[in-house]
Amino acid sequence: MTTAPSIPTLPIIDSPIHPALTNVSLPSFVDEHELPSREGSRVIQFREALREAMSEEMRRDPRIFLMGEEVAQYNGAYKVSQGMLDEFGPQRIIDSPISENGFAGLGIGAAMYGLRPIIEFMSWSFSLVAADQILNNAPKMLYMSGGQWGCPIVFRGNNGAGGQLGSTHSWCVEALYSNVPGLKIAIPSCPYDAKGLLKTAIRDPDPVFFLESERMLGDKAHVPEEEYYIPFGRAALRREGSDCTIVSFGRPVNFCLEAAAELANEGISVDVLDMRTVRPLDSAAIVRSIQKTGRVVVVDQCWPFASVASEVITQVVEKCFDYLDHQPLRVNTDDVPTPYAKTLEQEYLPHKRKIIEAVRSAVGKA
Amino acid sequence: MSAATAPTMPKMPSSETLKQAGRVGSSPTPSQLLPDATLIRWLRDMMLIREFELRTMAAYQQAKIGGFCHIYIGQEATVVGTFAAVNHDDPVVTAYRDHGHALARGMTPEACMAEMYGKLHGCAKGKGGSMHMFDRPNHLYGGHGIVGAQTALGAGLAFAARYDWEVLNKAPGAPVLDGSGHPADRPRTPAGKKVCLCYLGDGALNQGCFHESLNLAGLFGLPVIYVVENNGYSMGTSIERGTTMAHNLVLKAAGYGIEGIEIDGLDLLSLYDKFKPYADRCRENQRPGFVDLKTYRYQGHSMSDPQKYRTKEEVQKYQERDSIDRLAAVLMSPKGEPAVGGHLGRGCLSEEQFKDMQREIKEEVRLAVEFAEQSPSPEAAEELYTDVYANPQPGLSSIRDYHHGVRNSLL
Ligand SMILES: Cc1ncc(C[n+]2csc(CCOP(=O)(O)OP(=O)(O)O)c2C)c(N)n1
Ligand SMILES: [Mg+2]
Repeated sequence: MTTAPSIPTLPIIDSPIHPALTNVSLPSFVDEHELPSREGSRVIQFREALREAMSEEMRRDPRIFLMGEEVAQYNGAYKVSQGMLDEFGPQRIIDSPISENGFAGLGIGAAMYGLRPIIEFMSWSFSLVAADQILNNAPKMLYMSGGQWGCPIVFRGNNGAGGQLGSTHSWCVEALYSNVPGLKIAIPSCPYDAKGLLKTAIRDPDPVFFLESERMLGDKAHVPEEEYYIPFGRAALRREGSDCTIVSFGRPVNFCLEAAAELANEGISVDVLDMRTVRPLDSAAIVRSIQKTGRVVVVDQCWPFASVASEVITQVVEKCFDYLDHQPLRVNTDDVPTPYAKTLEQEYLPHKRKIIEAVRSAVGKA
Repeated sequence: MSAATAPTMPKMPSSETLKQAGRVGSSPTPSQLLPDATLIRWLRDMMLIREFELRTMAAYQQAKIGGFCHIYIGQEATVVGTFAAVNHDDPVVTAYRDHGHALARGMTPEACMAEMYGKLHGCAKGKGGSMHMFDRPNHLYGGHGIVGAQTALGAGLAFAARYDWEVLNKAPGAPVLDGSGHPADRPRTPAGKKVCLCYLGDGALNQGCFHESLNLAGLFGLPVIYVVENNGYSMGTSIERGTTMAHNLVLKAAGYGIEGIEIDGLDLLSLYDKFKPYADRCRENQRPGFVDLKTYRYQGHSMSDPQKYRTKEEVQKYQERDSIDRLAAVLMSPKGEPAVGGHLGRGCLSEEQFKDMQREIKEEVRLAVEFAEQSPSPEAAEELYTDVYANPQPGLSSIRDYHHGVRNSLL
């Protein structure tokens, strides 16, 4: 008989990035006030900000490619990738057939091999047919392989009601997908953040689900020409007040800002926190704000049951229960499939009136 | 249709066709050109897998191994023959019946067994189990538990390998791809043409993912060979009961512009002779391939299969054509004399040497089991929250922070 096997001791990983992902250079992040100004005259559309983020990163890193339906010759179903085929050529801007599960999985395999894919879903509604690849493979690869292979990939596309598209095309996936460990979810509300967050998403070594909105792609605002990266897990205080905290993310942040302006006329001042990423979630920022206001309304475009709002409120209760002067409230979409009729769809969304009513009742002025 | 039609036996070529194919005749086949030592190693590789699987079954019965566990016995020639036809740095991805792939790719029996024992020195630190064997240094991109899901990954690996060769070779300052197992800070040398081997069971032929992947591979020209390990059954469903055109599967590939081939997977030498030039062509032309590789599993689908769907006689019929016996017979038959299956004897392995090899392998696997027994279990406090994110940040979980744990023993 040969001698008994020797069991080596395994060293602890001490690098900030897991060794399964070498060749990653995270950008250096600065504090919010050190980011380039949000004010300025370079006004571009949300879709152009997204394009700028992808193009800047693609010029820097030849491992990045963009694949999706109609992204190349058609110039993007929503013109996000307009002109990118001309600049980067057909080997890096790639039209895929309508095979979401197939090309999502192709991206994951390519990411394991060492590329940095950006996979565009025409709509996140269509990502449901790719659920196995994006939920079973991308976020679990690092764990299942015991730290041998990560999955540096960005999935991006339109999320939420696009405007009378009916229930199959109006999915908000953040509640469903944020349940899964191993992935990150970014959800910008404005062109400035869209650029800075997408650049960070592309650089991040983990799978990032990047949720845009068809209804915001035409929104215009100043976007700095220079490169900047918005860190994940840091909320932006989009409006400052003292009576109530409004927590939101994605498109509804804009409804919150409208509501806040009207509430100001009634003498109610609110903090509007734009979370920007829901996983990671900047719960410290929420707690800080509630310590000041004692009240919170969470505005979320998903259905209420087991939504991100539910998660936020759970964390609020766990982390700052003693600071609450009123029970936490939430404003979600109505708990029905997304309707087609304009009147019904309008009412269904977490719109301004619902937010105003919730804040009024939180501050006791209902 | 009858409830359980036996799969048709792979057609054995007659000695006449073999002569025509030149196997017995004049011009040598690819395997005839290989040195004896290579064929002896192949035999050893197959025997190692079989012995390993026997010990796996024993450990499973002792409840040392948990979960679903799928045994590879009977199919050994498949991986040994197909791997021999490609390079070590060609990417490989497979399904959950993956112990054979791991061992044939070069994973140590220790790491493989320890994984099934759920131990820290397992190839996935005990986080993957029997169905999820990953080996980065050996370019094995996983065993995958969802039937058919790996077919899209195979397309992606091939896409990336081709991109490496076609795009990154021309991009100034392009980095080495880290997924390929090379140290990433190494200066880049031009990437060559690769071919990815993506294995799947016959049951996966009926998954949407397979069809999407074949379409993508055909459309984009991806150098991936889909090797169907056609053992005639998906669990208890014979291929005829679950799959159209079961007698002519290459037609499915043809629909996606892929020229497929059928191979008898029980005869390692003829498998290699047919697969080697095919794989070379896929690599050279950077085109996908599809192989209906007819094989057979001797054991049940998993460790908990009463096997009501097939007869003992059927299993026996295949065991009579056992791939290990056949290769051993060729190596042990007198040199130049007709041996089994139309192959000429090699006369390079004595009874004695064969027995020594058996003994060695038994000991090797016994030590692997001992290693697995002794390797520590991952402690929840240390390892539960590791390897979830490559870049763990605060706020990712509402319960506690993720962190990095111990380094995988294979890295
Ligand atoms: C999507 C999915 N459905 C069902 C299963 C359960 N399942 C595991 S293996 C198997 C049979 C697959 O047979 P085959 O592809 O021929 O591979 P083999 O077991 O013969 O190697 C089934 C139904 C699964 N793992 N994944
Ligand atoms: Mg099968």
